[in-house]
Amino acid sequence: MKRNRNNMRYSLKIWNGVNKLMLFGALVVIFFAMVALFAPLIAPYDPGRIDIENILTGPSPSHLLGTDSLGRDLFSRMVYGARISLMVGLIAVGIAAVIGIFLGAMAGYYGKWVDVLIMRFVDIMLCFPTFFLILAVIALLEPSIVNIMIIIGVTSWMGVARLIRAEILSLKERDFIYAEKAIGASDFRIIVRHLIPNAMAPVLVNITLGIAAAILVESSLSFLGIGVQPPTPSWGNILTEGKSVMGAAWWMVVFPGVAIFITVLGYNLLGEGIREKLTRS
Amino acid sequence: MELLKVVNLKKVFPKTKEPAVNGVDFSILKGEVLGLVGESGCGKSTLAKCMLRLINAQEGNILYKDRDLLKILPKDMHRMRKDLQIIFQDPYTSLDPRMRIGDILEEVFIIHHSFLRGRRKVKVIEILEMVGLGETYLKRLPSELSGGERQRVGIARSLATDPEFIICDEPISSLDISVQAQILNLLMDLQKRKNLTYLFISHDLGVIASICDRVIVMQAGNFVERGLCEDIFRKPKHDYTKNLLKSSSLLS
Repeated sequence: MKRNRNNMRYSLKIWNGVNKLMLFGALVVIFFAMVALFAPLIAPYDPGRIDIENILTGPSPSHLLGTDSLGRDLFSRMVYGARISLMVGLIAVGIAAVIGIFLGAMAGYYGKWVDVLIMRFVDIMLCFPTFFLILAVIALLEPSIVNIMIIIGVTSWMGVARLIRAEILSLKERDFIYAEKAIGASDFRIIVRHLIPNAMAPVLVNITLGIAAAILVESSLSFLGIGVQPPTPSWGNILTEGKSVMGAAWWMVVFPGVAIFITVLGYNLLGEGIREKLTRS
Repeated sequence: MELLKVVNLKKVFPKTKEPAVNGVDFSILKGEVLGLVGESGCGKSTLAKCMLRLINAQEGNILYKDRDLLKILPKDMHRMRKDLQIIFQDPYTSLDPRMRIGDILEEVFIIHHSFLRGRRKVKVIEILEMVGLGETYLKRLPSELSGGERQRVGIARSLATDPEFIICDEPISSLDISVQAQILNLLMDLQKRKNLTYLFISHDLGVIASICDRVIVMQAGNFVERGLCEDIFRKPKHDYTKNLLKSSSLLS
């Protein structure tokens, strides 16, 4: 890439501007991932330790973010809550990605009735108001962390499937795929080794944004009391507990709220940054 | 000896009425270079892809050593693929952009269980050297190569199965003029050394005249004329061939 000096300076400026937001997103994501990973080392107290003498005390040196209505250390609960919230987000999106990539690849590669069947199924899934579907299913099953991850995953794979299908539709007409057929590669090899890796770029963006959405859904469910069940802390259910004592203890709603906000923002900025980079090149 | 015989091959794409390949017959002799000329969009590449079953033809027979490729078992077809190869026109789309050159070539051996793991690397280098590249290309990505180098990799991939018959689908028409001759020389050199049989597709009559024994002229899915190169270029019978010759002489 040879450019003249003026152009170079100009384009570098834009590049910097975009990258700062993406960098911020990436740092947030890494920061909370580290917090979740090293929760036992970071948390000063056991998140379940009840201390009747220190109920609803405000932020102080001994309790950085204050305590809740059972005297549990909010900072420790937030740190362990990061674990739950991020795990739910990652695994739910992981499930969605696996389903979406598999069905999308089948539809795109085999076409014909396979395509019709799968894409109509996608249309049907998109017709459901997802959040209410999740509510209904959770009401039937018991609200456990595993159930929540599965149900979020199973209701959010459609975007990935559509993206993969669209990419594969154009990729499979490329000569290198015909070349693979000519050297005798199996369908499985063509799809897994050649089509999916080449179709992953837009999916990566979708997955990053999906994690943010899944974290929000988990928080909403927990906030409604049908998500992660106490005493296991998640940002959503800490917020619920805080709601009832909001007037007396602002820290109970502000900190989990801010944590959810910043994390979701981080993943969104990272996702948008990746999208920006991909469309550029 | 007749190596490959195509009988009444027909391909119609869905959503179009006119067949892309309209019931063509021809045969290729062992060791010959058969030319196929025609304007772009006349069905040359479609015919090539049908012959190797990269896309499915609706009707006809493709007899390779007296076995019909459209009727044999998938297991046998897999084995046949080693004998029948293709080199594509555009070296920019014919290599997986995410794979290193070494891996692209090694994959052929993996698919056909050709050599033991330890021997594969050596064989890949051997093949690279055969097309005028070398060990330094193993770890490189297609995007780091020039058009000519890529086309050499494409040729190397088709040679890796040790084929008898190769379809050269306009292998030089998307290359720089300066490297066209090099690639053409490489192809003809390999053909002689390994006694390969080529179906050489081109719209460049000059190239066809210089390398082919026989030539077939194709127009809108049909063969309009065929015969020895000299006869056709000296005394074309069909109007379409005459036009083709006239327009190419205008250019040169």
